[in-house]
Amino acid sequence: MAEPLLSVRDLVVEFPTRRGTLRAIDRISFDIREGEVLGMVGESGAGKSITGNAIIGLIEPPGRIAGGEILLKGTRIDDLPPEKMRRIRGRRIGMVFQDPLTSLNPLYTVAEQIIETIRTHLGVSEREARERAVALLDRVGIPAARRRIDDYPHHFSGGMRQRVVIALALCAEPELVIADEPTTALDVSVQAQIIDVLKEICAERGAAVMLITHDMGVIAETADRVAVLYAGRMAEIGPVRDVVQDAEHPYTRGLMGSIPTLTHAHDRLTQIPGAMPRLDNIPQGCAFNPRCPEAFDRCRVERPDPIGRGGGRRVACWLYDRAGVKEAGNG
Amino acid sequence: MARTDHETAAASTPRPPGRLYRAWDSDLAHAFRTSPVALVAGIVAVVIILAAALAPWIAPHDPFDPGSLVLMDGFTPPMTENEFTGNFYLLGTDDQGRDVFSAILYGARLSLFVGFSAVLFAMVLGVTLGLIAGYRGGWVDSLLMRIADVQLTFPSILIALLIFGVARGFIPPGYREAMAIWVLIVAIGLSDWVQYARVVRGATMVEKSKEYVQAARVIGAHPAKILARHILPNVMGPVLVIGTIGLALAIIAEATLSFLGVGVPPTQPSLGTLIRIGQGFLFSGEWWILLFPALALLALALSVNLLGDWLRDALNPRLR
Amino acid sequence: MADALLRVEGLTRYFDVSKPWLNRVIEREERQFLTAVADVSFEIRRGETFALVGESGSGKSTIAKMIVGLLKPSHGRILFDDQAMTGTDGAAMRALRRRFQMIFQDPFASLNPRWHVGDIIAEPMVTFGLARGAEARREVARLLEVVGLSGSDAAKFPHEFSGGQRQRIAIARALSSRPEFIVCDEPTSALDVSVQAQILNLMRDLQDEFGLTYLFISHDLSVVRHMANRIGVLYLGRLAELADGKGLFTNPRHPYSRMLLDAVPDLEMSGRRRKPVEGEIPNPIDPPPGCAFHPRCPYADDRCRREIPQPVRRDGGEVACFGVEEGRI
Repeated sequence: MAEPLLSVRDLVVEFPTRRGTLRAIDRISFDIREGEVLGMVGESGAGKSITGNAIIGLIEPPGRIAGGEILLKGTRIDDLPPEKMRRIRGRRIGMVFQDPLTSLNPLYTVAEQIIETIRTHLGVSEREARERAVALLDRVGIPAARRRIDDYPHHFSGGMRQRVVIALALCAEPELVIADEPTTALDVSVQAQIIDVLKEICAERGAAVMLITHDMGVIAETADRVAVLYAGRMAEIGPVRDVVQDAEHPYTRGLMGSIPTLTHAHDRLTQIPGAMPRLDNIPQGCAFNPRCPEAFDRCRVERPDPIGRGGGRRVACWLYDRAGVKEAGNG
Repeated sequence: MARTDHETAAASTPRPPGRLYRAWDSDLAHAFRTSPVALVAGIVAVVIILAAALAPWIAPHDPFDPGSLVLMDGFTPPMTENEFTGNFYLLGTDDQGRDVFSAILYGARLSLFVGFSAVLFAMVLGVTLGLIAGYRGGWVDSLLMRIADVQLTFPSILIALLIFGVARGFIPPGYREAMAIWVLIVAIGLSDWVQYARVVRGATMVEKSKEYVQAARVIGAHPAKILARHILPNVMGPVLVIGTIGLALAIIAEATLSFLGVGVPPTQPSLGTLIRIGQGFLFSGEWWILLFPALALLALALSVNLLGDWLRDALNPRLR
Repeated sequence: MADALLRVEGLTRYFDVSKPWLNRVIEREERQFLTAVADVSFEIRRGETFALVGESGSGKSTIAKMIVGLLKPSHGRILFDDQAMTGTDGAAMRALRRRFQMIFQDPFASLNPRWHVGDIIAEPMVTFGLARGAEARREVARLLEVVGLSGSDAAKFPHEFSGGQRQRIAIARALSSRPEFIVCDEPTSALDVSVQAQILNLMRDLQDEFGLTYLFISHDLSVVRHMANRIGVLYLGRLAELADGKGLFTNPRHPYSRMLLDAVPDLEMSGRRRKPVEGEIPNPIDPPPGCAFHPRCPYADDRCRREIPQPVRRDGGEVACFGVEEGRI
């Protein structure tokens, strides 16, 4: 297989506190191929945003990458000096955050921000950059882009602002876009528009997307593959259809069952008992074992690493360890 | 019935630790222990406050007892025996033979009493008005805040002077001396309430829109109860910060007023009065009468102020 | 209808969003009013869950706040068990207040961080004089167990609990005055899905156990589908459609309801191609004339741009749409 665009291997992110070091990310490995959309789901505190921040080198101190490596087209980027990392951010990796206002500088017009980014990274003329910016804004669905490009961010509505952010993320023609909860702050009817725009424009330009969200519905509609995180560890990764419709990890199965849907009005939703452990209190063995309906002795002692299941799926669960004590369940 | 989330709850607190241990283990206590400035300032402040509070028991002389004064001891330099009487004074004596060290202890006691009382008065007044302004809003808020704005345009020492002067006009001459301290407290307190009111008003406006206040309103709880039981505990953090810094300012204000001669009477000298008395001797060579009270005031005001600054920084991330 | 527990008639609420007086005079501007809720009428029957769905600016939270008395209506009436709540005060209002409660959206803001959990839960019962002292403590312990926590949690502070556990505490507080009717304002939108499932299940169990009536406010159609017997769809402060739970999802009438349904992501991965949703919600300070939805509506005609449609009965529900009224849709 061709070399992956981005490769994360055994990533560990730690936050030292005075009560000991918290492991927010504990040995996570995954690849993103060129042009694909990788969804990253998990509940709050699972570490999905921290993974995204680790890739773009924006872990807030005193947090730090304590282990593993991140490779962009085979070159390590996790140990680059800040100056070099800044050049990769924006140029090779674009970013879309939850709140459009944090990505846009309120003191500059949209034109100034996009044109500056294009010129910094692509070295084209002012005129050329402006033409590209207008075309891009038009493409992400800003009506009358040529006129509105000289407006300030606060002149745009929430949905339009997020479109501007997408244009800004893509203007330097990055190979990868990291979108962290890009629709969470938006109204339901606008969310679908933004997801459509993001997906289409990235596909056109061949940019891969790492889509971080808590919304399984968005993942199901958008992603090619999905990674499920739990307590800073990878529970399951695989093609989106397999994971959504036939989850193998008991956590993913519980998660899918707990989502109310429009088509089935069940009396009760499946519920996973308890809550995700805090980082200072992760149980021994599999992090999910106290809540797992299928946990057995080994789960309470030994931590499972992701086990290959064929078809690009990996599941971190002892149920699927053939050499293990118990044979795979039929889930 | 629904299942419990007991895993996390049970595991995070195996045995509820005692209140004292919790206080020792809190982030604030930890921040205090690991900050050298706070530690030194804290120790200095505690030593001065304790010494002042215990003045009647630890002071070698009673500077307010004219009978115990030996005029022959006047102008004894520090750490030396008096050339006539052979008496020894740690920090020397003043013109009337009063022990400077004892005078400082008693003076600090008075300064601290005035400072604490003035801060308490300003705090109670400012917090109450701030809570009302922030919670009621509308014209009540506008009125109180405009009064505050007007008052802020004058230096607080001028306000205190004004109040002091007006009060003297009302109090019969025979009571002036006895009432002086209380007038001083009211004057400093009234000149200082604005800061508390402004901070509390802002914090109250934030808190009152929070859902726990709405929950109390839904059950028809009385506004006074909502303010006292729900909002007040949640706005006290910044108030304590201002209170600590305000204590240093109040002590200095008291010293300033006493130095100007409008504060406490010379029969009951505070640190400011001592400095006023002392500055008359500076050029005649008896430097200690001025220097030691001034150093005591500096140490007290500086340590309290540093504590306030530290408290503000330590609480800041949680002030939202 | 006889079994209506709560009736809302012509409920309207304006907010004064004018600049301060001096600025208005200098900049020569008129006073500005925002109509958050306009002429909304519905009833909630005893024992049912009535849901109000809408996006931001739809007025759903404003309606909730007016019903529990946090805001006064500008016009219209709210009748609780046939007693008018607007204008009532004193003892009568106090007796009414005991019978309804509210659960809020943000479990991190809805519990006073300085209070013990036990005091938080006891506050309504103590305020209404239902219990005090040792009796109140016993009742608090019982309520904590009812919502799936342990009686010993009463001695802890809110920050020792997770979001889901805090929402359980908030539910216990709401139950403590033994109400009949609970207004739930987006009770799970701040929670993770697996925790949301726990809370939704708990709320349904409690409804069965105590015979509660819910007003359920949400922007999430899937959650509403799971919880509600009847649903009102709000758009810019007006009721677009009122339908029973099943009807809205199998046969939505109003174009806005259809659009909202279409916008829900498809978890079944049926490959259903969603119709792209056009446009965004207009600024409520300056709403479009006529039907507020007309700029985004594929069926809008001249009448929709001029007149405001009134709710018309259809299949046991109500629809405010000229297209439906005229049989065009």
